[in-house]
Amino acid sequence: MTTPDQPLVLGIETSCDETGVGIVRGQTLLVDTIASSVQEHARFGGVVPEVASRAHLEAMVPTIERACRDAGVRLTDIDAVAVTAGPGLAGALLVGVAAAKALALGLGRPIYGVNHLAAHVAVDVLEHGPLPEPTMALLVSGGHSSLLLVPDVTADIRPLGATIDDAAGEAFDKVARVLGLPFPGGPHIDRVAREGDRLAIDFPRGLTTGRDLERYRFDFSFSGLKTAVSRWVQVRQAAGETVHVADVAASFQEAVVDVLTRKAIAACRDQGVDDLLIGGGVAANSRLRALAQRRCDAAGIRLRVPRPGLCTDNGAMVAALGAQVVARGGAPSALDLPADSSMPVTAVRA
Amino acid sequence: MLLLALDTSTSAITVALHDGSTVLAEASTIDPRAHGERLAPGIRAVLDEASAAPGDLTHIVCGLGPGPFTGLRVGIVTARVLALATGASLHGLCSLDALAAAVDAATAGEVLVATDARRKEVYWARYAVSAGSVVALSAPAVARPADLPEGVRALPALGRGPLLYPEFFPAPHGPLDVRAGVLAELAVSRLGAGDALADREPLYLRRPDATPHVVAKSALG
Repeated sequence: MTTPDQPLVLGIETSCDETGVGIVRGQTLLVDTIASSVQEHARFGGVVPEVASRAHLEAMVPTIERACRDAGVRLTDIDAVAVTAGPGLAGALLVGVAAAKALALGLGRPIYGVNHLAAHVAVDVLEHGPLPEPTMALLVSGGHSSLLLVPDVTADIRPLGATIDDAAGEAFDKVARVLGLPFPGGPHIDRVAREGDRLAIDFPRGLTTGRDLERYRFDFSFSGLKTAVSRWVQVRQAAGETVHVADVAASFQEAVVDVLTRKAIAACRDQGVDDLLIGGGVAANSRLRALAQRRCDAAGIRLRVPRPGLCTDNGAMVAALGAQVVARGGAPSALDLPADSSMPVTAVRA
Repeated sequence: MLLLALDTSTSAITVALHDGSTVLAEASTIDPRAHGERLAPGIRAVLDEASAAPGDLTHIVCGLGPGPFTGLRVGIVTARVLALATGASLHGLCSLDALAAAVDAATAGEVLVATDARRKEVYWARYAVSAGSVVALSAPAVARPADLPEGVRALPALGRGPLLYPEFFPAPHGPLDVRAGVLAELAVSRLGAGDALADREPLYLRRPDATPHVVAKSALG
């Protein structure tokens, strides 16, 4: 029998294109199993919701089976089931929520519907131990770019700012397309940028000056940056000039991570918070990690970034949040738990 | 035998328990937007009504569609994972068969099943029905009502197609939605006749809506 503060929790994540199943015991990661449909989306240049939903259905049972096998856990050993209830793609979320309900019902265990963004924060306990309370969280992915004050990841998350247009990861995908790099753009831009000069081109930093900064102090905007990169490339191409892709990639990336880290540190100072956590798929970006570390060191802020495999969408983060909710005595969700594609981050649990 | 039948291919979220000789419990809700919410409570309700536990299930039978994708997947993933969790055997059959099997006993001969496929189309198939027997005369397909042969459109028609497109289907003949009790009866009868009902894949009948993007002219070139 598992001790109450060390529950064995299976987490299911299907908010986008990754079918994730993770199993944790308390704050210890046992397994993180992922089936990704990203290659099926590559030829469409972005995630196609129906393609993702179909892939989740096919991957669900094999992914659960593989997770249990690799963790050496029997399904009947599981104390609780956690699942991403939102936000995300409606049809994709629904496959995971239905699967989690069937598992909970079949095993006679409680189900915990949790918030995807909160899970991106909670996952770091698996790597760096309990979260300081409060923690400042910068969540950056293909679907989100948010600054969150987190007094209690299981119950109290306060949004300070978010993107007003494109998510940071979306900007990476779109710029990659302009530069002829494959989808998803993040890893490819990161790779190409290493050969480039990040100071070569001074691309715009959205919402960082004057009235914009006053009005959108902790918000982000990447749409103008994407357009600026696109125009810069078009003008050079039209003039018959050679475009140095590495320089464009490095300069674009620098504009994104400069704004992200600058505002994250400003938020820490503003709120008197000494711990910054960066999560979400873009947190796998090597330049973001390096610049955040340098600026946090200079500001006397402790930085926590999960390893890249735990930054991108995964089931372990859902299990990790579920386990923390269980350990704090949180009430389980009802069996009529809905999938909520626009679940606000203020709702940690469904 | 304790067989759980479920179907989410129509506007109904429908669940039934069958012991091999009769339907023990059945629960149906009509709500085309709430398959995800209503299915699991429905399963819990029929189990409770029959004083059964999930671990008592020996067979799980799922309607495989065709039907609107999002709702359809709720039923199929539920059946698959419930089978995994309980060790019950997993079976599937075409949901249109279950609608054809729901035709009243007085009707014999050829019938049409035409359900809502959205986008001004129907999922359809022809059946020969007689007392205790349902035989598909065509594979399930998706089409605009106007594109069905006139002789087929004139058949007694089950499902929501005739309700949505009365101008094309002159002989509406309820029921409108699948009932899991009928699905369970059909499954028990076919399993008893030696059909393993081994299909488990959804009947989508349509490809995902998406076109490969034209790759932007590479700046690398």
